[in-house]
Amino acid sequence: MSALLLVLVLLPLVGAAVCGFLVRSPGGDAAAKTAGFVVSLAEFVLVVVVWALYVPSAPTRFQGELSVPWIPAFGTRFALGLDGIALPMIALLAVLVPLVIAYTSFTRAADRFPDGRGAGGFVALMLALQGVLVALFAATDVFLFYVLFEVMLVPMYFIIGRFGGARRQYAAVKFFLYSFLGGLLMLGSIIGIFVASGTRLGQASFDWTTLQHLAAQLPLSTQIPLFLGFFAAFAIKAPLVPLHTWLPDAGAEAPIGGGVILVGVLDKVGVFGFLRYCLPLFPLASQSLAPLVLVLSVIGVIYGALLAAMQTDMKRFVAYTSIAHFGFIGLGIFAFSQQALAGSALYMVNHGISTAMLFLVVGMLAARGGSSRIADYGGVGRIAPVLSGLFLVAGLTTLSLPGTNSFVSEFLVLIGSWPREPAYTVIATVGIIFAALYVLWIFQRTMTGPLRGEAVLGRGPGAASAVAFEPTDGGLRDMLEDDASARARARFGDLTGREIGVLAPLVLLIFLLGFFPQPVLNVINPAVSATMSEVGVADPVGPNGVAR
Amino acid sequence: MLALLAADPLPPVGPATGAGAAAWVLVALPALGALVLFLGGKRTDRWGHLLGVATVLLSFVYGVVLFVQALALPGEERVRDLPLYEWFGSGSLTVEFGLRLDPLSLTFVLLITGVGSLIHIYSVGYMSHDPHRRKFFAMLNLFVASMLVLVLGNGFVTLYLGWEGVGLASYLLIGFYVARPLAASAAKKAFLMNRVGDVGLALAIFILFQQLGTTQYTEVFARAGEMSTGTLTAVTLLLLLGACGKSGQFPLQAWLPDAMEGPTPVSALIHAATMVTAGVYLVARTHPLYDLAPAGQLAVTIVGAVTLLIGAIVGCAYDDIKKVLAYSTVSQIGYMMLAVGLGPIGYAAGLAHLLAHGFFKAGLFLGAGSVMHGMADETDMRRFGGLYRHLPVTFATFTLGYLALIGFPFLSGFYSKDAIIEASLGGSLVRGWLLGGAALLGAGLTAFYMTRLMLMTFFGAERWRELTPRRAPWDPQAESEAPPQAPQAGHEHGYHPHESPWVMTVPMVLLAVGSAGAGAFLVIGERLGGWLEPATGPVQEVSDAVIPTGLVPGIASVLMVLGAGLAYLTVGRRPVPVERPARVSWPVRAARADLYANAINEGLVARPGLWLSRALVYLDNRGVDGAVNGTAALLGGASGRARRTQTGFVRSYALTMLGGSLVLVAALLAVTLP
Repeated sequence: MSALLLVLVLLPLVGAAVCGFLVRSPGGDAAAKTAGFVVSLAEFVLVVVVWALYVPSAPTRFQGELSVPWIPAFGTRFALGLDGIALPMIALLAVLVPLVIAYTSFTRAADRFPDGRGAGGFVALMLALQGVLVALFAATDVFLFYVLFEVMLVPMYFIIGRFGGARRQYAAVKFFLYSFLGGLLMLGSIIGIFVASGTRLGQASFDWTTLQHLAAQLPLSTQIPLFLGFFAAFAIKAPLVPLHTWLPDAGAEAPIGGGVILVGVLDKVGVFGFLRYCLPLFPLASQSLAPLVLVLSVIGVIYGALLAAMQTDMKRFVAYTSIAHFGFIGLGIFAFSQQALAGSALYMVNHGISTAMLFLVVGMLAARGGSSRIADYGGVGRIAPVLSGLFLVAGLTTLSLPGTNSFVSEFLVLIGSWPREPAYTVIATVGIIFAALYVLWIFQRTMTGPLRGEAVLGRGPGAASAVAFEPTDGGLRDMLEDDASARARARFGDLTGREIGVLAPLVLLIFLLGFFPQPVLNVINPAVSATMSEVGVADPVGPNGVAR
Repeated sequence: MLALLAADPLPPVGPATGAGAAAWVLVALPALGALVLFLGGKRTDRWGHLLGVATVLLSFVYGVVLFVQALALPGEERVRDLPLYEWFGSGSLTVEFGLRLDPLSLTFVLLITGVGSLIHIYSVGYMSHDPHRRKFFAMLNLFVASMLVLVLGNGFVTLYLGWEGVGLASYLLIGFYVARPLAASAAKKAFLMNRVGDVGLALAIFILFQQLGTTQYTEVFARAGEMSTGTLTAVTLLLLLGACGKSGQFPLQAWLPDAMEGPTPVSALIHAATMVTAGVYLVARTHPLYDLAPAGQLAVTIVGAVTLLIGAIVGCAYDDIKKVLAYSTVSQIGYMMLAVGLGPIGYAAGLAHLLAHGFFKAGLFLGAGSVMHGMADETDMRRFGGLYRHLPVTFATFTLGYLALIGFPFLSGFYSKDAIIEASLGGSLVRGWLLGGAALLGAGLTAFYMTRLMLMTFFGAERWRELTPRRAPWDPQAESEAPPQAPQAGHEHGYHPHESPWVMTVPMVLLAVGSAGAGAFLVIGERLGGWLEPATGPVQEVSDAVIPTGLVPGIASVLMVLGAGLAYLTVGRRPVPVERPARVSWPVRAARADLYANAINEGLVARPGLWLSRALVYLDNRGVDGAVNGTAALLGGASGRARRTQTGFVRSYALTMLGGSLVLVAALLAVTLP
């Protein structure tokens, strides 16, 4: 499996190089898109194989381990390994990347890139990002993790900066600076823990397992500053309120496909970092500083939801809903219980799926109306019922309706957090009302009611009069209605077969993981148990409830 | 109290065998119907409604088979469990997806699929002109499947799945007339107020897991006694919050009247007969918890009594036929909540009323739909009058439902409501008088608003003769893609009331028969109580009523006659104005404003929430992001200024050095002087 894991990292990188090469040749854009899509499908097949080979019940912390010396002077190694937290993230990525490439390359609703750029370059960057992210999730060397943490910013910077919307430069720089700053703080902590390992063990190390054994012996006073360095980097990435303001800009300015991977996967590096680095490496600090993270998380749940409800732009709306969801994940990680941690790990996957769905549907809508402003739409359900229905499915998984994937993870987070953190759990549970509010409100404004909005009715003078003119006679009104309706229908069109093809796998996953999430949980649970014992806390609820 | 604790250990839970082993088919049939109709698209337009009817009808037949099978079993073997698979689990939490077959769930299965089948059949006619009829049936099937999961689930999480599932179906169906802006906001309001209740239900589940390490009914109920009374009270109060949301009980009642924006069959099935009774089901299902938490029970009775009065008072003031029926539903569910809150003396009575109400209220709504069908979708009763001549079948069935609802002797409501009134008279003197008094007062009010509805709709002058039908600005017909039907000669204007086709009247007739007989059948000889005993415990008699229970039928009948007579005096003897009078006394104004429920919600929740959100948006843009951009600007500006000092002129460097030296000297002096 080690070899397979290496291929998982290298295949997209090679694919990226090939696509980059093809794009430069004249007329190579189409070839690059096709090649990129094929590579992403091959990667998906490989991940399926790896998933099948992975043994959830194996006693080792990592599987498929691979380790070669990298910079002998520091003792850093190029070391990879899979655990039950990393594998689902890699699988999520393998599902989303082909869909994003297909959406961007082969559908009518494809992003229209600035300056007439073709999608080939985007596909190359996307594959490069995938390679880096797979390595990042699988890294078992802390220094390697840091390097990849910074390197992943580069393809995303170019995806936003070259292929994004009107304010793409501002958003890309803001994204890069924010993340880079956080990364530097983490570097400080990494050097600190490296030095500490040298004094304690005689032989300084970057190896995750070695450092984990060492860290438990460090006093709290040492753990806290080290923890804070990592925490700052991950809190920006996650993002926790008040470090979130780069995300709405980046999410709104990124091309749709970039937004999917940015919010769906790349941001998860933050919460993944909490789970894989903060908790096991600094167990005492994690516990003593948990109230800080819990407060920020719960604020995020409510704050993100209220701001999402007030957004006027659909892409910013998606970004703010994600801030609310990251709050749930943060709560689950720092509540220290088996259910909450497993729920958070599963939430990372599920949120990737629901956000991808939401972003893609918004993209398909915006490609039709030429705008992502909410106020430019109204009554779309009448002229594009399939689009509207899938928008609702995306909304329902966003509000965590039981039967959809998100419910299981949210429920696990909340039920697991309750025994230890009842107050925070109550506030977060109230957040599910706000989730319903922001989802149903945007659906009401864009999809229901009479046809309205510039993006739906067009900007012609006749269209404007059809909405402004309120005839009292029903017949005349109907005539105008039908006229406007027919024109809007012709302009708009419902989803095409290819667009449905892009969304169908996500819809399937939403309901499959809603009713049968246990195969994924079986992979996650052992890794979470290991994390619990690394932190050194017992599960608050036993098989017969709390001890009385 | 102690006697209660010691009494009736729960019957053992056995595995489901025989026909019961395939009970999942009950849910799977309508779920499959919904799936085919949603995914099939326009291809299924031609036969979609038939598939919808067939799946529910088959479920009903299968439900009857299971019922007969359960009847053959001895009482203590009637509670059976059918585990299907492990839904999800982590650590000590295992959530099982399974069904619980017991008298309580089977009773609901028969109600849901039986009334559901009739309403599906009725809808074939009612929705025949709607271009989206197939979608309607898909949603209706989705509702039936979710409702069956709700009542059949064998644990709190499966209950929650059905609970939010029916919420979704209700949301979709209230908003079915997609072109109407009011429908969309009513749908959203319903879902949101339900979610408030869902938070309570979710928190109750969290507590149960924390206390007992499980969320399955069998273990939770068997070990309920391990929890402290305080914990049990908290759990039962939170469950009550959930019940209030779903059942439109005070303080979460405001969504239900708005839900009448949906098509009328939806109002009949979801917002009268089945979904809104889920709160009553919840209390009855979790009775092992309520039986141990008297404070929780008391809260249920208070909510029930308050709601039954609110619903009845507001129902007196409305002119919209569907809204009067909606408030009547709110009020009648208040009766049921009151009953199940009373504990073992009330479970059978509450559920008998629930079943009887399922028949007569569904029948009344279908009758209202039939009236609307014949009256160009009009719902304002001031524009009706004298319709009994034109819709004879509707009139006859409606009258039976009406008499059953107001408790006319020997019809359903007479038995089921009186049983509740008798039960509520028990307990301490204050409690008996307050609860029993509310129940009796409600009976009088019910007779008033229902008689008013009957008189305004079916009797009196034919006020519609002078009027032309109003077209709602966003009439669903406007959406129709079919070319408008050519108006027949001489029929362009005016109302033309006509009886509905048989596909609509037959279900109405069957429901009317049920309305008439269900109460007597269920209550006399404790038939229902005996059947439910394995699920809700043995029926207890009221021993300490503040009024002799033998007098209750008489008193209730007198109040009924008084209420009906008062209605006759106000709308029967005088002509009814077509425009509703604007100058009315304050109680009427208050009732017309839903007793200010919406105003209170608006003032306490909506407005402050909006202000807070606006403030946060400002904070986010100016405060949080402003600080970030400000820092960036500051750094940029500072470095720019720093760069400007590097002018390259020696004199400016000299000046800077002089300034720096002066500051240094001054600082040294300041430190050393004292």
